[in-house]
Amino acid sequence: MNEHPDKENYLMAGYGWRSWFLTTDHKRIAILYMLSITFFFAIGAFFALLIRLELLTPAGDFVSSATYNRLFTMHGIIMVWFFLIPSIPSVLGNFLIPLMIGADDLSFPRLNLASWYIFMLGGIFTLISILFGGLDTGWTFYTPYSSSYASGQVLNAGLGIIISGFSSILTGLNFIVTIHKKRAPGLTWGRLPLFIWAHYATSLIFVLATPVLAVTLLLMIVERTLHIGIFDPSLGGDPVLFQHLFWFYSHPAVYIMILPAMGVVSEIVPCFSRRKIFGYKMMACASLAIATLGFLVWGHHMFVSGQSVYAGIIFSLFSFLVAIPSGIKVFNWVATMFRGTITFSTPMIYAFGFIGLFTIGGLTGLFLAALGMDIHVQDTYFVVAHFHYIMVGGAIMGYLGGIHFWWPKICGRLYPKGWPGLSALLIFIGFNLTFFPQFLLGYMGMPRRYHFYPEEFQALHVLSSAGASILGVGYIFPFFYLAWSFFRGPRAEPNPWRATGLEWKTESPPPVHNFDQTPIVTEDPYSYEEKP
Amino acid sequence: MTSSASLEDSALMAENRKRTAELGMWIFLASEALLFGGLFLAYFVYRYSFPQAFAAGVRENDLILGTINTIILMLSALFMTLGILAAENDNKKSSLSCLIMTAFLGLTFLGIKSLEYSHKFQHHLYPGGVFMPEKNWPVGERIFFGLYFVMTGVHALHLLVGIGILAWLIFVLSHKPRVRDSTVWLYTFGLYWHYIDLIWIFLFPSLYLLGRFG
Ligand SMILES: [Cu+2]
Repeated sequence: MNEHPDKENYLMAGYGWRSWFLTTDHKRIAILYMLSITFFFAIGAFFALLIRLELLTPAGDFVSSATYNRLFTMHGIIMVWFFLIPSIPSVLGNFLIPLMIGADDLSFPRLNLASWYIFMLGGIFTLISILFGGLDTGWTFYTPYSSSYASGQVLNAGLGIIISGFSSILTGLNFIVTIHKKRAPGLTWGRLPLFIWAHYATSLIFVLATPVLAVTLLLMIVERTLHIGIFDPSLGGDPVLFQHLFWFYSHPAVYIMILPAMGVVSEIVPCFSRRKIFGYKMMACASLAIATLGFLVWGHHMFVSGQSVYAGIIFSLFSFLVAIPSGIKVFNWVATMFRGTITFSTPMIYAFGFIGLFTIGGLTGLFLAALGMDIHVQDTYFVVAHFHYIMVGGAIMGYLGGIHFWWPKICGRLYPKGWPGLSALLIFIGFNLTFFPQFLLGYMGMPRRYHFYPEEFQALHVLSSAGASILGVGYIFPFFYLAWSFFRGPRAEPNPWRATGLEWKTESPPPVHNFDQTPIVTEDPYSYEEKP
Repeated sequence: MTSSASLEDSALMAENRKRTAELGMWIFLASEALLFGGLFLAYFVYRYSFPQAFAAGVRENDLILGTINTIILMLSALFMTLGILAAENDNKKSSLSCLIMTAFLGLTFLGIKSLEYSHKFQHHLYPGGVFMPEKNWPVGERIFFGLYFVMTGVHALHLLVGIGILAWLIFVLSHKPRVRDSTVWLYTFGLYWHYIDLIWIFLFPSLYLLGRFG
């Protein structure tokens, strides 16, 4: 190999701050996103810690009701819009999509950098809102409370979310165009990795759902500042309209979090089972089906909001239908493992965790999609537990699994053995301890968003807080061993897992332009059986 | 590599770039459709709830100024297209003058729009509970004018951004010896410009016509 400057790996391509903050390299932008969302995750986790501390005792003694309302609101806003939504797409998607399709970058590299700046601008608005005392509307911003009555930083937080929404839209746009236009020769649609399919489906939601959130929050802000009366009944508006518009985005937003995680798991499971993925076409179609159906179910958040019974029945029906493509996915992962040679490497432990937690989260979602059952557990901890199983159990397991799977590619170094597996296990155990008791609490009638509760609920709440501290420890380990690995870890070869996929065909870390020569694809994905 | 082959190559790459940029813009416009879609949804929901008030609100709007503005935007679309055609024929001078005309018409639209806004203010037709002098103003009309300001405001903002980008394009083009190489930019931007016109084509009947003569 000759010493050509282009062959330098992307991490060595420059050291000054300009080489990072003005980079258009998708790999460096992915790193920028990774650091930023880790920062936001820490803030969100801090609020969660305070919430769990308060709930240790039945009395509301640690913080006041008003403070508690702000804590869960800011926990939700930070975690949803500044960690979960960008997590896998902006970090792993950004890093891997060009590599997986054999391209040198995304279609619009400068737009990609701009997306990061827009994201950070939105983040700054939201941080300002927190620094000036936060807000207490809940992450859902329900009107007329948010638009007419709430004191606090509703304006800044709303603007922050609108701005970061445009970052989502532009990222999704970039991904769709890239997947259409920059695939390597021979990489037909039927040969795309399922990670790419998952991101294609996610990007469709980014592009088509996010603008509705933007305009909804804009109307809320306009009503708050100019009192024009769109959602506030005392001004003639209709608060239910806000809920329709809000959930039109926010239900699909859950699929923005879960679809990319499914894509990650679909890469990990075949690799550590040494088996071709079972039912490739069904898996790709299921991603698109989940994205499409996701637009037709928003009303299941509004069974008690006064929408018509017939609307409720239709929304309930469509919500049940989502179980079909989701079930196909779980079934196919399990079928892939069947008679495979399974290795319990760290990414695989996360994938197992994902499948288990997603299954519980999905099945309890069916309870909530049932009209009668939903009324019983409406606004209780049952709902809280359900969506944490999907959003934390599912999405974060997928994110961490993906980080551990592609880490050798991202930084060209390996992480130690032992610690990562242990922390994955701690996260799994801690997570279940935290959130399974909440299903029971909710079923027994503990409402969400209260900072005090009857004494008979204390045992389960203590269990939940104890679980949260284990979960927290599990999250802290990776900071240390991954940081160690980044600077000191043993060098990784191009393909340490013997995985298929174009991203493993180039060096670790990849050179600036990803591939020395444009790769030519001649085989189907996941051909593990041919090369054991 | 012979020079004719490399010429063919660069033509192919230019074609590729054009298609990529075009696809990106179409996806952005699809996203914008949902953005305005949310506003139109709110409009039609309340139109259904307050048909009389909305008809009264429509009659309050100045049909003549609205019609003039519609014609102005249609003309600007024509000049945009002529500008792209001239650029394709590498006619720098006529391309630039067409684009300047487009931007000028866009500015005129905004000028007339602000004239309409100031008429509204003089008639105390502006949003805001604290600013509203007549407290017992009918609810439906309050919502109509609230939506009127939001919808035309978001549209005007898009137009303003469009004029800004157009001014930058004119600046860049005027420094290039061959405008033909920049048709990708013009073409992609043209999609956006026509799209804003199209939004107005829906806004105009909703805010100035529906229910006026009923
Ligand atoms: Cu939902």
